[in-house]
Formats: sequence, C-alpha cells, structure tokens
Amino acid sequence: MIPEAILRATRNQPSFLASIVLLAAVLFIGVFGNWLAPQDPFLLNPQTVNQGSSAAHWLGTDEFGRDLLSRLLIGVQPTLLVAIGATAIAGVFGTMIGIAGAYGRPLLAFLIMRSVDIMLSFPPILLALLAVGFWESGIFSLAVVIGVLYIPHFARVAHAATLQVSRMEFMEAEHAMGASARRVVFTAILPNILSPLVVQATLTVAAAILLESGLSFLGLGIVPPEPSWGQMIGTARGYLGQNPMYVIWPSLLLALTVLAINVVGDRLRDILDPRLREE
Amino acid sequence: MLEVRNLSIAFKASVGLKSAVRNIDFIIRPGEILGLVGESGSGKTITSLGVMGLLPPNAVVTGGEVLVDGVDILKLPPADLRKLRGRHIAMIFQDPMASLDPIFTCGDQIVEAILLHEPIGRANARRKARELLEKVLISDPDRAMRSYPHELSGGQCQRIMIAMAVACRPRIIIADEPTTALDVTVQKQVLELLRELNGEVGAAILLITHDLGVIYEVADRVVVMYAGDKMEEATTADLFAAPRSDYSRALIDSMPSLGRNAERLPVIERDPSGKVSSVRPEPRPRPASAAPVLSEGDRPLLEIRDLCKSYWIKPSPLAVPVEMRAVDRVSLTVAPRTTLGLVGESGCGKSTLSRAVIRLYKPDSGQILFKGKDIAALSDKEMRPFRREIAMVFQNPYGSLNPRQTVAQLVEAPMVVFADGDAAKRQRRVRSLLEAVGLPATAAQKYPHEFSGGQRQRIAIARALALNPSLVICDEAVSALDVSVQAQVLNLLKDLQAEFDLTYLFISHDLSVVEHVSDTVAVMQKGRIVEYGPVAEIFGNPREPYTRMLLDAVPTVGSMRGGKAAP
Repeated sequence: MIPEAILRATRNQPSFLASIVLLAAVLFIGVFGNWLAPQDPFLLNPQTVNQGSSAAHWLGTDEFGRDLLSRLLIGVQPTLLVAIGATAIAGVFGTMIGIAGAYGRPLLAFLIMRSVDIMLSFPPILLALLAVGFWESGIFSLAVVIGVLYIPHFARVAHAATLQVSRMEFMEAEHAMGASARRVVFTAILPNILSPLVVQATLTVAAAILLESGLSFLGLGIVPPEPSWGQMIGTARGYLGQNPMYVIWPSLLLALTVLAINVVGDRLRDILDPRLREE
Repeated sequence: MLEVRNLSIAFKASVGLKSAVRNIDFIIRPGEILGLVGESGSGKTITSLGVMGLLPPNAVVTGGEVLVDGVDILKLPPADLRKLRGRHIAMIFQDPMASLDPIFTCGDQIVEAILLHEPIGRANARRKARELLEKVLISDPDRAMRSYPHELSGGQCQRIMIAMAVACRPRIIIADEPTTALDVTVQKQVLELLRELNGEVGAAILLITHDLGVIYEVADRVVVMYAGDKMEEATTADLFAAPRSDYSRALIDSMPSLGRNAERLPVIERDPSGKVSSVRPEPRPRPASAAPVLSEGDRPLLEIRDLCKSYWIKPSPLAVPVEMRAVDRVSLTVAPRTTLGLVGESGCGKSTLSRAVIRLYKPDSGQILFKGKDIAALSDKEMRPFRREIAMVFQNPYGSLNPRQTVAQLVEAPMVVFADGDAAKRQRRVRSLLEAVGLPATAAQKYPHEFSGGQRQRIAIARALALNPSLVICDEAVSALDVSVQAQVLNLLKDLQAEFDLTYLFISHDLSVVEHVSDTVAVMQKGRIVEYGPVAEIFGNPREPYTRMLLDAVPTVGSMRGGKAAP
C-alpha cells in the first residue's frame, strides 16, 4: 500500500522524484563507493597539488594531490553511516522517552522531561567534543554521540505531539474499553504522532551530517586519511585561494543531499497520513 | 448592502471541476439578518467564504457576482479586497475560544481591532473597547479587558468576538454558526445581543447555521440550501408557517421539538430523481432470534448513590487551591432497557458524572452499583470485566475515532482488547455490527475521514456495541450532527435499544432531544441533580425554576407547527 502510494506521489511531483533519485544514487555510492572511485583516493602526488578540473582529475585534486572525485565517492559511506545511525538512535530512544514523559506516571514523566530539558541546555557541539574526547573517534562512536545529542529534540517533539493526542476523545475511548497501556501507545499514540517525527527525522539526518562535518572539521570525527564530506569541507577552507572548487564540490553535494532528504521527508509525512493520501 | 447574484463555486477535482454551489442569489439590506440554513455539505460555508473572497485554493468561483455597495468584490485586486474586508466586513466564528488569540488579553485584541481601522490613539481605543464590552453586557468589563481568552467562558468569548466584530461598524457581518458551541441559555442571550446591537450598527448580517431554532429566533429572512442549490427564500415567519419546498418541510419536520413527542422522528430521504421527501421510518421489528425479554423485576441496572467528585483548582497561580465540586452527592437509578436523560448546561458536571460511571475518573465518595455490585472503588484490574458491560459513545465523531485505523479495526477494537474470538469471528461480528447500524459492508476497509459526521457516529455506535454491553453511555452523542442526521441517529439508537436490550444513559444539553429519547430525566445544575422524574412530568410540569429557565431558553419552532401553545 505504501510503496504504491509513493509511486503515485512521484507523479506530478518532479521535486519528489528528483529527490528520490538523488538519494538512491547517494545510497548506491555509499555501498559501492570503494569500487566506483576512478582512482586511488589515498594516492599522494606532490606534482598535482590543488589543481582544478582536468581530464586526469575530473573534479580536481586536494592539497596532497589526491583525486577529489574518488575521495568524495568513498566519503559518502562514513557520512551516511553516521547520519542514519545517529538518527535511528535519536528517533527510537527520543520517541520512547517523549511518550513516557507525556503518558507515563506523573512523577516519572516529570523527572524524564526535566532531564531532557537539562540535556537540551548544553550546546551540542560542546557535548560532542567532550564525548568524542573521551572515546576513540570513529564512525560508531560518532553515530552514538550524535544520536544521543539529538535524543532530547526527538523527545520534545514526541512529548508535545503525545500531549496533543492525549487530549483527543479517541484516547478516552481506548481507556473506556479497557485497553492496555501497550495497546494505547502502539495503536493510538504512535501512528498519530508519526507526522512530526518523520519531519524531525529528516531534519536530524541533515543536522547529523552537518554536526559530523563540524566534528570532523575539528579533527574529532572521521580520522584522516579516511575522507568524509564534512572533513573535506573543513580542510578545503584553508585552500580557498588556491583551489576554490575544492570546497564547493563537497559542499554542493552535502547541500543537495540534505535538501533531498527534507523533500522526501515532507512527502513521506503526507503519504503516511491516510487523511492526506490521494485517492 | 450585500448582494449576491448567481454565485456558483466549484472545487478543482482531478478531472475538471466539481460543482459545489450553484446559482445562489440573495440580498441583505442594512440592519437585516439573513439566515442561511442547510446541513453540512450543503455549501453554506463555502458560500460565505466566497462572499468574503476567502475561498480555499482548491475552489474557484465559476460565475456570478458579489456586490458590496455596488462593487463586485470578486473582481477587486487582492490589496483592495483586504482593505475592504477589514473595514466593511466582519466575521464571527463558531468556536470563540479558537478564534481569539490565546496570547493576548481580550482588551488588547479589541483595541487592536479598533486601531486597525480608526487611528484614534491607544487611550481612546481602550475607552472605546471598554464601552463596547459594556454594550455586549459582559458582567465585569474591566476584568474581561485584562483576561486572556482561556480565562473566560465560551459565552463571554463569543461576546468579545461580537464586540470586535461591531467595533468598526462594519457594513456586513458574517456569523458562521455563532452559537453552536454554546449552551441554550447562553445562546439565547448571545442571539438577543446580536439582534439588538445590529439595530444600532445597522450592518447586513449573514447568519449561517444548521439550527432552525436559531434562525427562528433572530433571522428576518431565510435562505435554505441543500446540496449546493438554493431551495427556498422566504421570510422567517413564512418559512415556518408554510414552507414551500419539500426539503424545507422535511427539514422542519425532522427537528425533535418540545411537546411533540413522537416515537419516531421523520428523516429526509432523496429518491433517485432528486426529489426530497420526509419519511417516518417504521421501527425495526425485534428479531425473532433474540433472547426473550427477561423480567428482572424492578431491580435497576445502574444505581448511583451519593456520588461526589471534586477538582482542586487554583483561582490564580499563587492562590491556595479551592475545591470545585463537579459532582455533588448525586443519586440516580436506571432501570434495564430504559433511557435516563441527563440534561444541564456545560460545566454542570454531567460529563464528569458519565466518566465516573465508566470509571475514567475515580469518584471521591459514594457508590456506583452496576447490576448490584459497587464499582466505584474498584482498581483498574477489578474494573476490567465491567468494561465489557459498559460502553460509551462520545460527543465528537470526528475526535473519538482514531484517524489512523480502518473502520474494521475501530469496530473490532473492544474485541481485540478483550481477546474475544479469532480474527475470522471478529470480522463476521464487524460485518453484522456495520449492518446493524446501517453502514455498507464496504465501509470496513475505509478510514474514518472518508465518512460524514452521521456515518462516523454510526461507526462509534457499532464499536460501542461490539461486546454486547448492557449499558451504553451517550455523551452528547448527537450534538455535533445536523438535524436530519440527528433524527436518523436517534431513530437508530431506539431501534438498537429494542434489538439488543440496551440501557442508555443519555447526556445532552438539548432538551428537545432528551425529551424525545428518555424515559426518565434528571436535570443537573452545578453538580447537583435539581429535578429527577419521568419525562412527562419534568417537561409537562417542571417544579424547579432552573428547569423552567432551561425550557424557556429552547428556541421554540414547534410552537407554530407542533400545536404547542406559545409560552
């Protein structure tokens, strides 16, 4: 039913179709990037430092003369793993916490939501620095750290949406027929708070990529010589004068991917809602 | 003056246009109130939006003119239209709480409305706002100026909306169901206020409502709409004395009106040729397969004794909480297979009482004897078997059905909760329930939003009956429905009562509905039962002044046609 709805939704929606195609391509590269890279992404060549586009290097080279295109392609995988992993962690735990904070027993709910508030009051980059400083940097710890950082955001959204749903009469109807808490959460609350959560998830994927960029830029994310988009943007900033295209290529890809994720998330929200499904 | 000529509006559909309103015309002169009446879906709201130039993006005007003092506003550029709309057209909406901005005080909002059109300075505007509040008869104007909308009652908010609407002396006021959300007694005051104020302001008022009683009380002339067409235009007196179109006659007939107690309410039917008629359906016979009626003697199914439930509210953020007795020593009995009607204004505690009976709240003290067993203090777990026996139909069919579930899932929910039977058996039961409430079997796979209000209420009723309960609590179950749909649902409830041996606790603010369905009636005021007895006694010979006041406030359409002497 839902894949069908997605197909139907792509009609009359060129931006949605384009976003799907782009994301599919990014995913494909994420899986097969190592084989797709036309040249060795780690091969240093002092002769070709900071060059622009040429027949040998389509997108030019970086400060060590490595092929930019190849590095961009293999940089997709760590970037995506961190973004999707972090969003999954934040989404699952944040939603659970948010629902518990709205629907749980009052004292528990109070404690949960106040802890969330405390977490929210720290700037994410500071917490990330602290956490990454303690742990070995790498894809896994980066995903966990960024995921934990975004738990409060999900919790807040889920909390507010659950409170709203709790006031609906169908919640009273569930209680009046003696439904268990589990049933209430899974049939009444969760499907009805899905829309804001899907939107939040698309925002979180985008934010996680950006935060990963930021952390990689600070040298805390993906360890060189492994590339990630964020790390490349960070390094390229220093060579703006010599090779302006160096910073533009990864930035452009990052921006397009984030945009595509947002477009897809927006449409997905409509498709998931039976009231908005087109007949 | 507002003149609408041959207005036609259509919705953009996937293929071409779908006509919504066809060739509507009417004129409203200054100082006149024109009632626009029709069921939901009749196109009355889309007409009013068309008049305001506020059509949703998927609707287009396909023909006609809307002349405000001779200027066709459909041809005005957006900027001019906006200016005109603000200065000359004001709107009063159905839900006063939702149409006032919750983060500004009411005073500020009125001042803002005044300053927008009259640059007379803030101090002068404040003075004027206060005068307006006095005019709309708000009990404490200074407090109302300082209050936020949520601190005032629905009636007071609607008065403030009216004050804002008349603040700039608009030429046209469009009131869309202005009193639907209010109690009868408040409704009466608000309607009187609107009419009186209009004597002063002299605006042309377009009053949109589904309630013929409201039309009868205030409108000078009436336009009746049905399925996008104008059925009839007449003066109010003519319409009620001698409706010309079949539809108007059927509509007036389907209202339950005080003192005209019929076993069945006529409903509106439309035959394939499009002719409308009023039909009084025969009651469904009791199926032969049904168990014989058990004579349980006089033992009541439900007995409530000295039930109390209080809330602790803080009058201001720092004050000591004070006790508010929502239900105050209420005692009632309901015999099996009868209907107890519970009437009262909003805030009288009738909903709290019903929710205490189904144990959504725990009462503070007192007993609720269900089949002789006290369920007032049972724990959630002990209460569980009783939830099979007591079901509830909620007021708002739009809110009481989970929008993410199909009708089949909704109706089988109680069976799923009680793990009753296997999937196949549940599906069979869903089919027979849908049939019992008059829905097609194809409804099962659809979602609630694909149904109209009346159909949704049928779904809610099917769900309530899923486990064969003996007591069904109907909390304002027909209040959100159109009169003709309301008649259908009331007939259905009566049929089902005979068919499934149901006992109803029927809660409503609408006295004519309560009179129609009930065997006994309890009148509730401020948490107490002030009068309680057989229906004929309460309505024929009310002893309490409060009951008499409630009865007087009901718009009395029936007095002209139903043979009841005018009060």
